[in-house]
Amino acid sequence: MEHYTKPAILLHWLIALLIMVTFFLGLTMVDIPGLTPTKLKYFSWHKWLGVTVLALACLRLLWRLTHAAPAYPIEMPRWQQSAAHVLHALLYILIFAIPISGYFYSMAAGIPVVYLGLLPLPVFIDPNPMLKPLLQMTHYWLNMTLASAVCLHILAALKHLLIDRDGIFKRILP
Amino acid sequence: MISRSALIRIVASSFAVLGLACSAIAAPLRIDAGKSTVSVAFRQMNVPVEATFRKFTARIDFDVTRPADAKASIDIDIPSFDLGDAGYNRDVLKKEWFDVAQFPKASFVASTIRASAGAPAGTGYDVAGKLTIKGKTADVRFPLTVRQDKGGRTFDGAFAIKRLAFNIGEGEWKDTGMVADEVTIRFHVVTTSSSQ
Repeated sequence: MEHYTKPAILLHWLIALLIMVTFFLGLTMVDIPGLTPTKLKYFSWHKWLGVTVLALACLRLLWRLTHAAPAYPIEMPRWQQSAAHVLHALLYILIFAIPISGYFYSMAAGIPVVYLGLLPLPVFIDPNPMLKPLLQMTHYWLNMTLASAVCLHILAALKHLLIDRDGIFKRILP
Repeated sequence: MISRSALIRIVASSFAVLGLACSAIAAPLRIDAGKSTVSVAFRQMNVPVEATFRKFTARIDFDVTRPADAKASIDIDIPSFDLGDAGYNRDVLKKEWFDVAQFPKASFVASTIRASAGAPAGTGYDVAGKLTIKGKTADVRFPLTVRQDKGGRTFDGAFAIKRLAFNIGEGEWKDTGMVADEVTIRFHVVTTSSSQ
């Protein structure tokens, strides 16, 4: 069976790992009460990770558009192929929408991002007390959608690996 | 013995002199609180952050012809500090930061106001005075620009302070890598002309 290309495989696992760390950092940091240096560090790290995910997402999309993913085997039912396409498309949308919503949320809160504490990133909107809570909600709910999508993605992958044993999972392994 | 008419003339001219003197003595300018701002800029993990003090009372007695007699002071209401987040606004009033329970106000009182050399008359001044925050007082000096337009006068000035000199951010917050020591305070005071 045809595998994914090596860059596609690398980007897949790298982005997956970064998303996991960013996600759990995000959940942890908002639960820290009050104002502590640790909280500020977590917020900064979370934003740096988010910006990194966005940059990698751009690379990932470019690669995917120029290097077709391996076709599904004919044995795989049509409905499963469609479901897979829809879920993957959703994941692609989310790895852009989530960091972008987070970035705008930060700007609306009046906090620009200085990547790695060194490189000030562009500011597109002024502090906006009205947009701020809207962007916060958007960022949160997009993340919850991602969490659900990732769970489905992992369950489906495990189904192919352990139940169908059809070789599909191996295509994305390094 | 002075004649009655002479007495009247003396009294009248005394009043006239007094009147002139009164108009020359600077009267406090009327501050337009809605248009005036006191803002604070600092860096947090190298990210530039701005905050404002939403409530303050400024008093400026200023006469362009006699800057040496000018008086300027500003009292800042510490609980009005606004970082843009209600939670952080509350945290910053605690003992480690502003300790608002003990020090609800900060103030600046100008001690000398001198026309800046080289500035067109009435537009630039060197101000020196005492800044008190969280019970600590320090000398500050800064250039003040004054603009006059139809509505009144605008006073602009800014200066940098070191927050640790005022014990703002104690304990674990002394780390200047987290919140930089240098803080810039900027004020923009708009006055409306009353009779001038």
